[in-house]
Amino acid sequence: MTERFLVEAVNDALHVEMERDAAVMVLGEDVGRAGGVFRATAGLRDRFGPDRCVDTPLAEAGILGSAVGLCMAGFRPVCEMQYDAFSYPCLDQLITHVGRYRWRTGGKMIFPLTIRMPYGGGVRAPELHDDSPETYYVHTPGIKVAIPSTPADAKGLLAAAIRDPDPVVILEPKLVYRTARGEVPEGEHVVPLGKARLAREGSDLTLVAYGAMVPVCERAADELDASVEVLDIRSLKPLDEEALLASAAKTGRVVLVQEAPRTCGYAAELAAILAEKAILDLRGPVLRVTGYDVPYPYWSIEDAYMPSVARVVDAGRRLLAF
Amino acid sequence: MAQVLPVEGDLRRVIGDGESVPDGEVAGLDESDLLELYRSLVLLRTYDERSVVYHRQGRVGTYAIFWGHEAMQAGSVHALEDDDWIFPSYRESAIGLLRGMPAATILSWWRGHPSGWWNPADYNIASICVPIATHVPHAAGLAWGKRLKGEPGCAIVYFGDGATSEGAFHEGANFAAVMRAPAILFCNNNGWAISTPVSAQTRAQTLADKAVGYGIPAARVDGGDVLAVYEATREAVRRARAGEGPSFIEAVTYRVAPHATADDPSAYIDAEQVEEARANECVGRFERYLRRLDVLTDELEQQTRADALVVMRAGIATAEAEPIPDPGLLFEHALADPPAAWEHDLAELRRILGE
Repeated sequence: MTERFLVEAVNDALHVEMERDAAVMVLGEDVGRAGGVFRATAGLRDRFGPDRCVDTPLAEAGILGSAVGLCMAGFRPVCEMQYDAFSYPCLDQLITHVGRYRWRTGGKMIFPLTIRMPYGGGVRAPELHDDSPETYYVHTPGIKVAIPSTPADAKGLLAAAIRDPDPVVILEPKLVYRTARGEVPEGEHVVPLGKARLAREGSDLTLVAYGAMVPVCERAADELDASVEVLDIRSLKPLDEEALLASAAKTGRVVLVQEAPRTCGYAAELAAILAEKAILDLRGPVLRVTGYDVPYPYWSIEDAYMPSVARVVDAGRRLLAF
Repeated sequence: MAQVLPVEGDLRRVIGDGESVPDGEVAGLDESDLLELYRSLVLLRTYDERSVVYHRQGRVGTYAIFWGHEAMQAGSVHALEDDDWIFPSYRESAIGLLRGMPAATILSWWRGHPSGWWNPADYNIASICVPIATHVPHAAGLAWGKRLKGEPGCAIVYFGDGATSEGAFHEGANFAAVMRAPAILFCNNNGWAISTPVSAQTRAQTLADKAVGYGIPAARVDGGDVLAVYEATREAVRRARAGEGPSFIEAVTYRVAPHATADDPSAYIDAEQVEEARANECVGRFERYLRRLDVLTDELEQQTRADALVVMRAGIATAEAEPIPDPGLLFEHALADPPAAWEHDLAELRRILGE
């Protein structure tokens, strides 16, 4: 075990997986010479050479589109999208091809590519460096999506993504890139997709979150005068439905927290699942604490947009009244 | 950095008109090569004409007609080796016939049936790309991957004139150039993107001009001249295999058929030009050329056409004999490791269907 920041754990995973499998290659904007704008890919170009850690032209659809061809040639490309909102040009490839190609070949050809990107707000950045685009990815059939909140999961989920025969999108909470610090296993470390993490056990109320909202929920749990469970979803698709339903059955009260805008956000899907499968276990309504249905704001007012500890605590108190 | 060559304004031609324009010849092609090309042209033509009939009979769905595009497809494929990859658009749906793909597979694809699936690695032919130009970066990526692995071969990607307006074309072309990918960007410029003429698509004088900006050498050929297409592609393949990077070929023709079976071009197309292009269509042009060389006889022509019809009759019979696809196919191949929820979905669906 080594103490690492979350972004260092990402870097560690890339080193380990590229060492392990010569088919793994990293491509993206500024990933090579600069080692990535967040240094997530630092050292890879020196270690593995410019053909395995590739500075590409500035073209996200080109990155993902050529990654599809690289898969056909037998590679396992790991594409970095420099920022959440800069990933939108790649949605064309993602939706029209990446999620469909396997089915289109009757399962005969695999597309084991990974897309990873820093996501989320609160970092005092210019416009379009702050989005939480997970719903676009989750909503696309044929794509798996995971969002770690701890350094160990950042390493393990990325390793699982790289080894997966199907395309996986990993969104990394950039807000906690260099504040989330924790023990990370040395060498190979895989956290299977499809398993949630119980961040904290409790019996009165469940706070459900992923990524940068997990520490917000943990702080809210500290402030609430109740026994609060915090469930870190971490694998959005496939979802660990069992863990969600078990926690709902245990506490009977669920608050869902996401940074993304509310309407049709991931929390809406979780709420629907709870309505379909846990309604008789619930003691009160399922509540959501989310970003608002407005464009992500300029940073001088972003704190008002982001789900805060106070907003989560408020929702928790309202629900505990039931 | 590849040297940027000036784009040729004139279209390359090999086949003459039998009168004032003399026939040329392509070095290295013997009589059996010419007849192989001819068989490919006839097979593609027969596929296309039968497909339109099958569509009218309700036996295939909406179909993208490629009548008049056969020379671009057959000429270019004959310049490839088997380890070269082909990335077709819907306009090249039947190009697999030239690599031994059963007609039934392609007909099934147009019948919207899962037996139209194939493994791209079985033929080195990617799946048919329906959205415009999005497969250009795929070809660039595959060719780049071949270079990285030190494998021989290249990738050719087919797209139309309208595709050169799409971002994916530009990103793909640029990736191919920057990565020195052994790729061939083959533009079948038939003058129309459904109802939009090339003049409304670009202010560039030629589509080949677009290659210049990427440092990619380009050639313009008469898309109705199978030998000119073959020769230009052969040169591009040589460059690719020699490590000289990608090439761009603009093959120019005029679309004489509707965009697809659902389209009525009478509202927008130039009927006179259609008639002219139809009179000069590529299969007939090559037949006349072969007759001038005394390579083609009436008997051989009839036999070639009859053979192609046999392929199509067998193909449609096989495609129509395919059982109605099981609903399980909705789920079976979408992910290597399907989630438990799908099992539930399918069980519920079967219950409701009374299965």
